[in-house]
Amino acid sequence: MTTEYLVLSGILFVIGALGVLIRRNAIVVFMCVELMLNACNLAFVTFARQWGNLDGQIIAFFVMVVAAAEVVVGLAIIVTIFRTRRSASVDDANLLKY
Amino acid sequence: MQTPTDIIPHTGGVIGVAWLMIALPLLGAAVLLIGGRRTDRWGHLLGVAMSLGSFVVAVLALVELLGLGEEQRRRAIELYDFIPGMVKMGLLVDPLSVSFALLITGVGSLIHIYSIGYMAHDPARRRFFAYLNLFVAAMLLLVLADNYVGLFIGWEGVGLASYLLIGFWYFKPSAAVAAKKAFVVNRVGDFGLLVGMFVIWTTFGTLTFKDLDVTGASNGTLTAIGLLLLLGACGKSAQIPLQSWLLDAMEGPTPVSALIHAATMVTAGVYLVVRSGAFFFPVGSGASLAVAIVGAATLLAGAIIGCAKDDIKKGLAGSTMSQIGYMMLGAAFGPVGYAFAIGHLFTHGFFKADLFLGAGSVMHGMNDEVDMRKYGGLFPKMRITAITFIIGYLAIIGFPLLSGYFTKDGIIETAVHSDYPILGWLAVLGAGITGFYMSRMVFMTFFGKPRWAEGAHPHESPKVMTIPLIILSIGSIFLGGYLVVNQTLYHWLSPAVGAAAEAPHFDPFTTPGLVTLAVVAAGVLLAWFMYGRAEVPQTAPAGNALVTFARRDLYGDALNESLFMRPGQWLTRLAVFFDNRGVDGLVNGLAATIGGSSGRLRRLQTGFARTYALSILFGAALLTGALLLVGNL
Repeated sequence: MTTEYLVLSGILFVIGALGVLIRRNAIVVFMCVELMLNACNLAFVTFARQWGNLDGQIIAFFVMVVAAAEVVVGLAIIVTIFRTRRSASVDDANLLKY
Repeated sequence: MQTPTDIIPHTGGVIGVAWLMIALPLLGAAVLLIGGRRTDRWGHLLGVAMSLGSFVVAVLALVELLGLGEEQRRRAIELYDFIPGMVKMGLLVDPLSVSFALLITGVGSLIHIYSIGYMAHDPARRRFFAYLNLFVAAMLLLVLADNYVGLFIGWEGVGLASYLLIGFWYFKPSAAVAAKKAFVVNRVGDFGLLVGMFVIWTTFGTLTFKDLDVTGASNGTLTAIGLLLLLGACGKSAQIPLQSWLLDAMEGPTPVSALIHAATMVTAGVYLVVRSGAFFFPVGSGASLAVAIVGAATLLAGAIIGCAKDDIKKGLAGSTMSQIGYMMLGAAFGPVGYAFAIGHLFTHGFFKADLFLGAGSVMHGMNDEVDMRKYGGLFPKMRITAITFIIGYLAIIGFPLLSGYFTKDGIIETAVHSDYPILGWLAVLGAGITGFYMSRMVFMTFFGKPRWAEGAHPHESPKVMTIPLIILSIGSIFLGGYLVVNQTLYHWLSPAVGAAAEAPHFDPFTTPGLVTLAVVAAGVLLAWFMYGRAEVPQTAPAGNALVTFARRDLYGDALNESLFMRPGQWLTRLAVFFDNRGVDGLVNGLAATIGGSSGRLRRLQTGFARTYALSILFGAALLTGALLLVGNL
């Protein structure tokens, strides 16, 4: 059982990571980040189930809280950027450089 | 040979307040310098009064000393603990120091008075008198201190006063440069004196004359100390090899040349040699021979330089070098020669001050012209100046029965009868050259046809200037005979400096004495044919190699330049190069490397969020891989 869950978690994580690296749309990148977080959550919960203690599940809750907070801040930034630049592409927001 | 008598502690009386001699002019200098312009109106009078006050104290101290027995004439008074455990400051009042004090304050006062007239039109006259007073105070400290530390403070004090007075007209670049040169050259000598003092301290554990006992010290140590002190003496007294500053020092006002650079300060070296006699006269010590050689070499060099100078003051400066050479030569032979050396120092103080002030008086009447080729025929225009100058002239060439005759002849006799008669005969030759250049000076200045510049109206100087001249010329006539003929000075000084096995007897009819007279007469005659009878051209003729050699001060400056100045410049350039390229290069190079590499590293910040994400991924993968690896180990 555990192995299947972990494989699924790995696949989800890789999809999320590839999405972050490849996609340009900030909203999609954002969703991919969520995907990576949830892949981790899945792994935590899996291990919690396997070892029969609640630590993993507690961590999963923390991750959700953090993810929620992140969405609040992140979406606000994305909306602001979109308003000023008329674009939600992460490549267009490239002024903060050398 | 008999050593000096013991120094006896003293309290009370005039000698007990001998410090007043130093304090009075010091107070004068302080009032004039701090008081500033408020003292302009009466500053010169205060200066003269303070100098005269010192003179009075010196005379009273002399009277008190004369009242004591010969064996008790070295009195030391204690003032305060100067450097606890090392030096107690005190004054040594003995025949030698009182004689010097009398010369300094006596001639000094006359020159103060003369300066009232000479500097009358100078807006900075008050400052001039402040410096003169400072000089008198420092010089008195030099001769009165009962230890080498006090002597050294006075030594530096007169150096400072000399610097300030040479550069008195500091707006003239030549004067500013001359002052600096005098200061720098004197530092070399002071270095010698200072190291000498260090060696004395480490060897004998005291710097006080009273406690200094050289018996038991090795000859090598004594010679080393003697040579170091001689280096100091050479600096202050403008002896070879440190002679180069004196000729340039003539940039100062003429009274300064008379007081500091002829009569008193430049003789400090002779004082040092005589006062430190113990280091020069153990049997077999080489230091006294070095003194004699320095003296003989300088007396010839100064005389040769004097022959070629058209600037009347520089001619006299060469002459001063030469005469101090005589004193050094005399002082080199110990108690036999001390009386003559010190005697010559006193008579020279008078006749050279007389000559310098006379030259100043001539310049005063000739719109500050110093070129003797622009003088000529001045005798009828300024009779008092001319007559006093000629008296000084006769005294310096050793005209029989005038001051210089007795003392110079004494030195020559001493040298001829010493172990090194050749030095004595060189001194005879020097006397001949002296006769030549001094006659040249007199003929070119006072006789012959006038060669004055346009607009010159030669006139006699005011009484305030001529009266000191008259007093000095009277001293130039009689002082030598008084000091030497009955061995007055010898007996007076011997408690302080030691006595010879046999008192030196003055006898004019010896071979060296007669030869000297003949040589001097030949020099005077030669000068008469070249400058008295013949026309003197207004511009100096080119002259042969020897003349150029003398005009260029025997290439002394060129020698210093090539030996010390240029290597010094190379050294500084090397240091600057090392600093710029080495030290700065290291620091700048380091900064440039860091700056450059950070400039390149900066390029990593592309601004593309996905690039960062990729590097985070790689980083995370790397960390994970590493953890896995560590976990498996």
